[in-house]
Amino acid sequence: MLMDQKLQASSTLARPLSKSVAPIKLKARSVSVFYGESQALFGIDLDIPKNQVTSLIGPSGCGKSTFLRCFNRMNDIIDGCQVSGNIHLDELDIYDKSIDVVHLRARVGMVFQKPNPFPKSIYDNVSYGPKIHGLASDKTEMDQIVQASLERAGLWKEVKDRLSSPGTGLSGGQQQRLCIARAIAVEPEVILMDEPCSALDPIATAKIEELMDELKNNFTIAIVTHSMQQAARVSQRTAFFHLGKLIEVGDTQQVFTTPKETRTQEYITGRFG
Amino acid sequence: MTDSILPNQPDTAGQNHKSALVAASLKKRYAAERRFRLYGVAAVMTALFFVVLLFATIIYNGYPTFTQTMVKLEITLNEQDIDPQGTRDPEVLSAANYRKLIRKALLDLFPDVKSRGDKRKLSKMVSTGAPFALREAVMDDPTLIGRRGQFTFPMSDDIDQFFKGTISSSSAEADRRVSDKQVNWLMRMVDQGMVEKQFNSKFFTNGDSREPELAGILGAAVGSFLTLLVTLALSFPIGIASAVYLEEFAPKNRLTQVIEVNINNLAAVPSIVFGLLGLAIFLNFFGLPRSAPIVGGLVLALMTLPTIIIAGRAALKAVPPSIREAAFGMGASRIQTVTHHVLPLAMPGMLTGAILGMAQALGETAPLLMIGMVAFIVDIPGSITDPSTVLPVQIYLWADSPERAFVERTSGAIIVLLGFLIMMNAAAVILRKKFENKW
Repeated sequence: MLMDQKLQASSTLARPLSKSVAPIKLKARSVSVFYGESQALFGIDLDIPKNQVTSLIGPSGCGKSTFLRCFNRMNDIIDGCQVSGNIHLDELDIYDKSIDVVHLRARVGMVFQKPNPFPKSIYDNVSYGPKIHGLASDKTEMDQIVQASLERAGLWKEVKDRLSSPGTGLSGGQQQRLCIARAIAVEPEVILMDEPCSALDPIATAKIEELMDELKNNFTIAIVTHSMQQAARVSQRTAFFHLGKLIEVGDTQQVFTTPKETRTQEYITGRFG
Repeated sequence: MTDSILPNQPDTAGQNHKSALVAASLKKRYAAERRFRLYGVAAVMTALFFVVLLFATIIYNGYPTFTQTMVKLEITLNEQDIDPQGTRDPEVLSAANYRKLIRKALLDLFPDVKSRGDKRKLSKMVSTGAPFALREAVMDDPTLIGRRGQFTFPMSDDIDQFFKGTISSSSAEADRRVSDKQVNWLMRMVDQGMVEKQFNSKFFTNGDSREPELAGILGAAVGSFLTLLVTLALSFPIGIASAVYLEEFAPKNRLTQVIEVNINNLAAVPSIVFGLLGLAIFLNFFGLPRSAPIVGGLVLALMTLPTIIIAGRAALKAVPPSIREAAFGMGASRIQTVTHHVLPLAMPGMLTGAILGMAQALGETAPLLMIGMVAFIVDIPGSITDPSTVLPVQIYLWADSPERAFVERTSGAIIVLLGFLIMMNAAAVILRKKFENKW
């Protein structure tokens, strides 16, 4: 109930432009997550608008990564993890029994905290998704997909002469961009990023942030980040989590300049967390 | 640091005092480290000493096996003796008395031997396998008949041992198996250049025999090979499949915990128990043939399965979870994640486990005694259902034989077995290195 009030309040305060233009891509309603006995998330309601970057911020252990992983059901592979509530991707209830997670994950891609390219060649890394989903009919089409994905990830110029060398031999920032290329090779609708820059240096981080800005024209992006500057730089909307609860959500500018909740203010000014 | 900020006297003194304490403790710490390193080196040296001792003893005892004392005899192959009708019928050729021909050749050498006992002693100096060798030569080439030719035969095991110096002529005649007369004849043959040591090829091409000079390890080696083939064909796929299922697919509940504990228990069960199990189930219940590599392979497969499963699970656990997450995140199904990414990374560990399990199976004796592979088998097995024995059991059998020449043959067989084991372990190392490079 508190949440509804807040959403209403934010909608009246926020500039009408961003709210009315962007349709909702992902809609989470009363999502709770349990790890065995302990509850990690308490009834989260959150909308992720299409073709925008939504950042989830909050102190460590607040459940923002857990929440992100609900969107492509990555929590399914964790033993003893249970999700209640419902999440809709457009009109599709992704926790419906008839949903095939393989199909869902082709629509909702993910980039992880630590760059995790497969110990295979750069080409094989990017072509893996299209290959298992049968997206390319022949070698030339696959070559095109690989080149296009690497180009969109801003990596093509750096690796075009060594596509057959192992992906694990790249630098950390390049590896992360390779992971992004791998994710966008299957043309997902949403890209989830779980602290994608936490293992990277500032230059590599800047490149990834630039990339996100470009990618949001074609994809919907949700990003978990520990860096408030990063959230302010890249995202249009920001959601603040604390102890498994969604405290505040709104346009990034509003959350960072005129937060309505004192806890949000304390967190973004570095008072705790 | 502190000095530059607060350069007062008491603090500096305190610092000096502390650093003196640190220096004193350093000395102790380094001494402890040196001591520990010394213990380590001593332990390694002790282990090395025993390994070297083991190998040296076995090789010293075993290397004479690879040579055999041979005698060259001039033999007249009279047509009357072999094929009086001149038919050259193989049956007639095979039935001829070749023993008589060899005896005659020996008696011709020593015309002074007259008494029956001496004649027997003289003919006993040549291996009882000699007539068979001569028959084979004649049947291979019947044109030899009617001619006089030189043939080389192995000498009997006692003469061989005497010639190699294992049986000493200084002990009393009654205490040794070579009489003074035989020594005298042998010396005369040596003087005529008829006796020489040759490479003992029979050791590698013959099956077992009651006569040490004719006994070889090929039967046991082939038996071991067939048994291990059955073991590998069964335990590798079953072991890998179990490890993958338990690690990647099975839900973590009470049942899988019980299964896991029991697999670990099975790995610790004494191997002879597996032999009894094989006897009760494969032989008595299913009626499979006794002494056959198929049963031995089944029993050893049961015994190696826990090793392979445990090693396989450890290898799968060692694959970083980020790889699985990456594959799942791309929309790979569970089986695709496992076969495309996890299994290739876990393979070196799994192969190492499997090869070490095989090496263990190669050296296993006790369970095979239970299923009858301890029988005396001369023929070289041709299939997995033929009766056969295996290398370690052959070693056990020879070690149990009273003839002096079997002592060196036992060591010779151990050398061969160790050679196989070293080859398998080397294969494990090479495979691991080869796959690791892909990481």
